[in-house]
Amino acid sequence: MSEQIKCVDAVLGYEDGVVCENINFNVSEGDYLCILGENGAGKSTLMKALLGLNPPLKGSIEFCGDTTRREIGYLPQQTPVQRDFPASVREIVQSGCLNRCGLRPFYNKEEKRLADEVMERLGIKDLAKKCYRELSGGQQQRVLLARALCATGKLLLLDEPVTGLDPKATAEMYELIDKLNKKEKVTVIMISHDVTAAVKYADHVLQLGKTQLFFGSTEDYIESDIGKTFIAESGWSGNV
Amino acid sequence: MSELIDTLSFYFSYPFVRYAMIVGLLIALCSSLLGVSLVLKRFSFIGDGLSHVAFGAMAVAIVVGLTDRMVIILPITVISAILLLKTGQNTKIKGDAAVAMISVGSLAVGYLLINMFSKSANISGDVCSTLFGSTSILTLTKTDLWLCVIMSAIVIAVFLLFYHKIFAVTFDENFSKATGIKADLYNLLIAVITALIIVLAMNLVGSLLISALIIFPALSAMRVFKSFGSVIICSAVISVICAAAGIILSILFSTPVGSTIVAADIFVFFIFCIVSSVLRRTSK
Repeated sequence: MSEQIKCVDAVLGYEDGVVCENINFNVSEGDYLCILGENGAGKSTLMKALLGLNPPLKGSIEFCGDTTRREIGYLPQQTPVQRDFPASVREIVQSGCLNRCGLRPFYNKEEKRLADEVMERLGIKDLAKKCYRELSGGQQQRVLLARALCATGKLLLLDEPVTGLDPKATAEMYELIDKLNKKEKVTVIMISHDVTAAVKYADHVLQLGKTQLFFGSTEDYIESDIGKTFIAESGWSGNV
Repeated sequence: MSELIDTLSFYFSYPFVRYAMIVGLLIALCSSLLGVSLVLKRFSFIGDGLSHVAFGAMAVAIVVGLTDRMVIILPITVISAILLLKTGQNTKIKGDAAVAMISVGSLAVGYLLINMFSKSANISGDVCSTLFGSTSILTLTKTDLWLCVIMSAIVIAVFLLFYHKIFAVTFDENFSKATGIKADLYNLLIAVITALIIVLAMNLVGSLLISALIIFPALSAMRVFKSFGSVIICSAVISVICAAAGIILSILFSTPVGSTIVAADIFVFFIFCIVSSVLRRTSK
């Protein structure tokens, strides 16, 4: 397993202050890392740093091997603009291919084929001509996931992918992500405050709270003090 | 009926009427193309703010006494577009407040300047025609026509070349940034083109009514169509037809050009609202 991302002594924040410091972790190919933390713990700041939108104040976040920062498939949280956006599913999924286009103004055959293939894999092929705003929450998330997969086949960065979904759609979404990770060996980094899902699906956990509280495998997390407290708070008592 | 056609063919035998028609259709086409993006990005207010800035710039141009007013109006409007966009991202003064400030400010200063320094005998006439469009569309020279044709060609070319990128940036700015599309650059491009269109459209409908040209066709198309591509095409068609109808009606019934075009746009908007609610009911 070769390393994909290496984060060393990173201090994250904005011009007016530090949000989160002392962050050390690494992600290898095929990992499923869940980043946990309460609101304001620095999850979104870390995500922006990973995406290169807001570079760390100190320390470094490096992409290793043949992975580059542009090859992150990003699944952002939905914005109000998108909820009533008149766009067909195919248009949205294809827009994931834009990073391959460079200065070429239109998609080529291969990119269109890729978009169709990804829709097939996620089971949304029959929605291709549907309007995005008329889909259910779960379907919309699948469309955005398909777009992310068009941008990359290596690394997915998911920002609270189940926000606002009903329990059934939530379970389906987690299963789908798990399948992508296990079967297609896509590295997954998921930001979440859902500890239950984290310990169930992820193989690594990174917990933030102004600083790095925990990083390691899920087994160690469940045994650790911080993990025990956090799991107890969430009221989870199932088995892995 | 034949009388009306006679009147029309009589008017269209004059080159300045034909120029007005060409310019009107081109402006309508350009504004509707960008309108969809502006409405979806919640940028429609920028169009409105810029049109007031253009009025202020026009006032300055009148006072200075330039014959070629574009020299002042165009750069001022483009710079304001860039500034408005930047302040929209700045949290110190919220975007909408900044727009309100700039637009009302330039309106007031513009009127003040004209009133204080203009040597024209008919001040209120001047102001009214700048705000609501005027006969100036009928006084276009061949140079004006070519300027308009070239600018429209640029706008349309830019739009076609960057169509997919504009779509991506409109739909999801963060995702575009993350995948390495220079979203800020495209936002800037959209703002600058908007400024260009507003300056062009000022001759046609006047600075107060420009936003109508930008938002109505887009809103109408969005009621009925479901993909970005079809919304853009529909909005362009609506806009061009309304502009043509507006210009012809204004010639026939000697109504003001700008308001007639906007009235046609409003009419179409209501028709599309009805169509969409009927469609929704039948699909259920």
